[in-house]
Amino acid sequence: MGLTVKVRIHITLKSGVLDPQGKAIENALNHLGFSGISEVRQGKLIELTLKETDLIQARAKIDDMCQQLLANTVIETWHVEFL
Amino acid sequence: MPLRVAVIVFPGSNCDRDVAVALEQISGQAPLMVWHAESTLPKIDLIVLPGGFSYGDYLRCGAMAAHAPIMREVKARGEAGVPVLGICNGFQILCEVGLLPGALLRNAQLKFICRDVTLKVETGQSLYTNKYETGQIIRIPVAHADGNYFADTSTLNELEDENRIAFRYSTSDGKIDPSANPNGAARNIAGIFNKNKTILGLMPHPERACDPVHGGTDGRPFFEGLVQALAA
Repeated sequence: MGLTVKVRIHITLKSGVLDPQGKAIENALNHLGFSGISEVRQGKLIELTLKETDLIQARAKIDDMCQQLLANTVIETWHVEFL
Repeated sequence: MPLRVAVIVFPGSNCDRDVAVALEQISGQAPLMVWHAESTLPKIDLIVLPGGFSYGDYLRCGAMAAHAPIMREVKARGEAGVPVLGICNGFQILCEVGLLPGALLRNAQLKFICRDVTLKVETGQSLYTNKYETGQIIRIPVAHADGNYFADTSTLNELEDENRIAFRYSTSDGKIDPSANPNGAARNIAGIFNKNKTILGLMPHPERACDPVHGGTDGRPFFEGLVQALAA
């Protein structure tokens, strides 16, 4: 034990890509009376545990996973958080 | 030589039999139905990735299917020049696996759209569209929640410059404008080819417009032209 790292991966649409779900959420928040809201973006959050203690190695593995499956690099980008 | 067609069946495919019926009615030959867990294909003239909701659309539409065991073989065959047709979910899978550029996003108005649309045939010169005239307007159903075609500007320009747009959403009198665009697709794109036009992905369902009981037969020339071209 102690040889694993817990990882949280945030996947979001790239800034130039229209996010109609984010737009709908923004409209709903405005209807609820929350003012001053803009640029709502919806994304995905994936958590996993990785058997790896070297954070640089772990980061490289996560990037590889994102490129191959977790994200679509045409439209999405990701941000990695170690817990 | 009988036509050899493989229809790939994923868990959640739902137009696999529709496309098989359309192809069998026109070619007289029943396609081979190939389960996603297979890893090899026999010698084949055409591979079809059918519509549906493969793997429940988990993660992204087509994302899981793109990594199914059979897809390694489909990708290799497609890259080697074997014609591959992806309809609806099949188009999403072709983009996810990298055989076609771009991606299909959630429909701009967030609704699942299930209705007939009018399409302009952008080129009658391909394996798939040779029974249509360039500029012809046809009526074919769509049924999708994620058909909003997206690619960066340089890719869109390249598709146009290389005449690789097969169909665009159009008004019934041929205007390509936002009123005719059901899902927000970039430049009203409904279907695109790969560089040598052997691979086609499209959101509309020609297999659902092949018989008068479907309410229209504008999809029939699609399969007639394809079957003839493959037999030639």
